[in-house]
Amino acid sequence: MSKQNNNLPEHPMERLLRMDRIPHIWCSTCGIGTAVSCFISALEKFEYPMDKVAIVSGIGCTGRVAGYIKLDSFHSTHGRAIPFATGLKLANPELKVIVISGDGDLSAIGGNHLIHAARRNMDITVICVNNFIYAMTGGQSAPTTPLTANSSTAPYGNSDPPFNLPLLVGSCGATYVARWTALHIRRLTKSMHEALNKKGFSFIEVIAPCSTLYARRNRLGTGLDLMKFYHDNSEIKHGAPLEELDINFQQKIIVGKFIDKEKPTFVDNWNNWLSQKLGSKFVPYGVAKA
Amino acid sequence: MKADPKGVLTGEHYLDGDHACAEGALAAGCRFFAGYPITPSTEVAERYVSRIPMVGGIFIQMEDELASMAALVGAAWGGKKSMTVTSGPGFSLMMENIGLAAMMETPCVVVNVQRGGPSTGLPTMVGQQDMMQARWGSHGDYQIIALSPASPQEAFDYTIKCFNLAEKYRVPVLFMMDECVGHMTEKVVIPKPDEIEITPRRLTKLAPEKYLPYKTNGDLVPEMIVAGTGYKIHSTGLTHDERGYPVMSPGTQDQLVKRLCDKIKLNADDIIEIEEDQTEGAEVIVMAYGITSRVTLPAVFKARKKGIKVGYIKMITAWPFPEKRVRELAKKVKAFVMPEINLGQMVLEVERCAAGQAKTYHVPHAGGWVHDPEDIYQVIEEAVK
Repeated sequence: MSKQNNNLPEHPMERLLRMDRIPHIWCSTCGIGTAVSCFISALEKFEYPMDKVAIVSGIGCTGRVAGYIKLDSFHSTHGRAIPFATGLKLANPELKVIVISGDGDLSAIGGNHLIHAARRNMDITVICVNNFIYAMTGGQSAPTTPLTANSSTAPYGNSDPPFNLPLLVGSCGATYVARWTALHIRRLTKSMHEALNKKGFSFIEVIAPCSTLYARRNRLGTGLDLMKFYHDNSEIKHGAPLEELDINFQQKIIVGKFIDKEKPTFVDNWNNWLSQKLGSKFVPYGVAKA
Repeated sequence: MKADPKGVLTGEHYLDGDHACAEGALAAGCRFFAGYPITPSTEVAERYVSRIPMVGGIFIQMEDELASMAALVGAAWGGKKSMTVTSGPGFSLMMENIGLAAMMETPCVVVNVQRGGPSTGLPTMVGQQDMMQARWGSHGDYQIIALSPASPQEAFDYTIKCFNLAEKYRVPVLFMMDECVGHMTEKVVIPKPDEIEITPRRLTKLAPEKYLPYKTNGDLVPEMIVAGTGYKIHSTGLTHDERGYPVMSPGTQDQLVKRLCDKIKLNADDIIEIEEDQTEGAEVIVMAYGITSRVTLPAVFKARKKGIKVGYIKMITAWPFPEKRVRELAKKVKAFVMPEINLGQMVLEVERCAAGQAKTYHVPHAGGWVHDPEDIYQVIEEAVK
């Protein structure tokens, strides 16, 4: 507890962090902490009762985020954060539900859920911290590992082409898609705030350094070196065509906001269609309490 | 409390078991259904989704059974009574998040209309081959509740009981139907709402600052909350302490896993429901469940006509297994006979509990069809010798 030591000032994000769980498990220079800080900053600006905000994570390094945020928070199973969040949101449509999980969790084992939640325009926000690797299990290849990059399961370099995540979710119908690196804290925070205020399926990819595994295996230096790399090699290009957002090993990373549009959500569609078909017999869902 | 009248279709109906199950769920207050189509269970989902728009609730057809089961757990934490329906292949996929539901102590109901397996097996034909999977299917140590109906009426009645037990013990309850019961059509009487007893969620009355999500108060089952009501809880599939926080220690695992098992094991008498007929003074007892409990009856009647003292037990509850009663009876009878549509599953429990004090005879049958009662009779005759 931070209050135990009276000499320590209160942590500025204490209101929204489980201070009794600090220190966290992440390595120094890991980018997940930055993503969490940006998210907390976005939450603080988010004009919504915090009692009605819930976090769901899957499994992995980023999967631990739910456990550190002082809101209703659920640490579900590997890949299933999105369907868990789908159930939570549909059961209680007043909730603002945010999924924070990793690239492997969301796009490999959970890939099917990711595309279907985007297709349905499920009203949730998904924050995907992409460190190009399965870090919790020791640095294996993910569906995001750039071609030629080294991993513990690609010791001679990766020959398996990666996903372009903005293209994937954008083509499935996401209403908000952005990508930033862990260096872009101001812009990332702004995007998170926009996504929180967005109705529908919003998706933010956060490119984050993993110095312990990805950088070390690929001789890319420390987390700081990776931040320098982001600084020198990321290009802000709002509205860039999604097909141009591939990430190649140690080459330019295009960041920005690529999609921001309005579309009815899953529940809107349910209510609109069934009231048309069934008229007054229909009991609209999640609208007003009877 | 009593059933919400909005979901209750009071009256006499002619329904198949799948439709009766959906009506049971609606009567029990189930307002969230996530599912994926699979024969022979799909009609439960079809019935539910045709009715729920007028009742007030939501149905979502998920991308697969992994997603359905995960959504169920999320929906329960969102405050809804939730269910899904499947058959063998989908049941296998659901095991992952049935384990999560057990670990997070999440009330929900999973219906398995069993067909012949393994793998794709016999999609349109009966089986009772998932009974051990129901008990042991997800990894790790946990206890589960599983019921098995023998008629459309029971499909209605015991679906409600499944929901009630799920709430009382905060555990996923498995409703182990079979294709025959799912697809047979019979009279189903749906009572008036005020004649249907409903167990509400065990919501805490404690203030958020005093509440710990996994702290129990004497009865092994912690009180729950609904997400979005200010408690700001954490729940995880990891081994956790009373706060719900992950604690990677053998001591915490020991405490948690033992409680997850004890809350079912020590309440077995309250949970278990069996029907007995002429078990006192019997020489042989035939035990069966689901459709097989009906197919067995001609064999029992024939044996009685021939002067054999045959007792009969219909197991409504499969898990926890009615261990205490079988142990008592094992001291008094010569043998147990268990027909089931598999090559030996629940009979292993009978044998374990009989513990050599009475013989155990199995009447196996592969998936696809029910027993010929004559085959069961032959084994009764053998068992009484």
